[in-house]
Amino acid sequence: MAHGHKSDEKIVYVGDSRIRKRTNKNSVPPDYTAFPGKSEVFIPNFLLKEWLVGCVVLVGFLVLTIAEAPPLGYPADPTNTAFIPMPDWYFLFLYQYLKYPYASGDYVVLGAVLVPGIAFGALLLAPFLDTGKERRFYRRPVASALMILSLFSLVYLTKVSWDHYQHELEITGTVPEHIEREEKAREAAEKGESYSAVKKEETVALVDADDPAMEIAKANCIACHAADLNGNSKMKVPSLHGIGDVLSKEELVNTVTNGNGNMPSFKDKLTAEEIDQITSWLAKQKKAQ
Amino acid sequence: MFKAVYNWIDERLDVAPLWRDVADHEVPEHVNPAHHFSAFVYCFGGLTFFITVIQILSGMFLTMYFVPDINNAYASVDYLQHKVAFGGIVRGMHHWGASLVIVMMFLHTLRVFFTGSYKAPREMNWVVGMLIFFVMLGLGFTGYLLPWDNKAYYATKVGMQIAESVPYIGVYLKELMQGGTIVGAQTLTRFFAIHVFFLPGALLALLAGHFFMIRKQGISGPL
Repeated sequence: MAHGHKSDEKIVYVGDSRIRKRTNKNSVPPDYTAFPGKSEVFIPNFLLKEWLVGCVVLVGFLVLTIAEAPPLGYPADPTNTAFIPMPDWYFLFLYQYLKYPYASGDYVVLGAVLVPGIAFGALLLAPFLDTGKERRFYRRPVASALMILSLFSLVYLTKVSWDHYQHELEITGTVPEHIEREEKAREAAEKGESYSAVKKEETVALVDADDPAMEIAKANCIACHAADLNGNSKMKVPSLHGIGDVLSKEELVNTVTNGNGNMPSFKDKLTAEEIDQITSWLAKQKKAQ
Repeated sequence: MFKAVYNWIDERLDVAPLWRDVADHEVPEHVNPAHHFSAFVYCFGGLTFFITVIQILSGMFLTMYFVPDINNAYASVDYLQHKVAFGGIVRGMHHWGASLVIVMMFLHTLRVFFTGSYKAPREMNWVVGMLIFFVMLGLGFTGYLLPWDNKAYYATKVGMQIAESVPYIGVYLKELMQGGTIVGAQTLTRFFAIHVFFLPGALLALLAGHFFMIRKQGISGPL
């Protein structure tokens, strides 16, 4: 099939500059006759064995994924101040290292840039630092010692970081969110209910949104109760959607007239007639049956 | 039929040398676990690639459901894991595979280091291998944010604080990665793009270089 001297191929490129005619193409890869022992070709002999190893690994891997569901906590909440940050396990050594006083604060440049930079830089350029011909590790004491020392520090820092995390969980009485979530989902499943950590906001539609009272609301209420009158849960300002289910007409009149908690009094800003108009409209704000 | 098609292509493109190079290269005894069980340490590189393939395939399926948006990211992961048929398995493969690929790569690196295989003439292959290592860590870091749960959010915040502590360029570095002054909507889309397009592209290019060099130079000899 390859181009030989006596090529009997049907297609012969003549004067075609795009295809270079290869003369005496030797595509035989380097063999290992220089090495002692029994070498074998990659396909099929060795690849079959490799496939077997691959299958064993794949089965083990699938057993793991089936046995242990991937963790999922609760949706990210930037206002959550109690959450204990936790990077993935292979970053723990760096995380722990940067907690030490000589690697943080005034020395953060040393901790965050210099030491990791030198360590990873040395690793990247290892062949140019360890240039001797010797390959056996016990004949390269400096390189091997440095690597073994790094390995020990990696394991040690990771372990300290993990123990510290466990300790923090214990003293704050925290259950990691993905475990708590799984527990709740399991309890819900036992009761035959469905469980979801995704918050479903129940939106109640405004009743009579084109009522003239809406103009009063626009002028006076939206500063606190938001433009869509949905309130602001962080500031503990209630939504006005469905407020008629919570407060009666009389209570609404009282709240608007005299204020309540954060709610200011509108006695001086609105006439009694306007208060009556808006509270009648608010009292109609009930969830659709 | 198959042979006819193959011959038709081979007549035109001369593909035989391409695959024969892969198929016929000899595997020496000292790396073959069938002859010496201790040679299993030479399997870690291949297994790293195997897990990487699993990561790419499972990741492709995850993007069918994942929505890179702060309102829907968590909900889409929740839906994928609990409602979609075999979604939990696919996400599990991607989640645990991310850890496994680090483990395998670490072991492969240690094998190459302690057998001194990075020495001349294979220096460049070691450097490319280390770059693959860094790309993998980057994939781990960006992928960790995507489920958009508290753990993801706060780990990324810590990462950003570390980036910020770099002198002079730290602030810019942080803002570049975050796509703004806070970890928020921009950060999620940015990390998604980096995780799904930028880093895998770099990874495939580096892997091609890694494999090209190992075929060109052959595996290092016995100690």
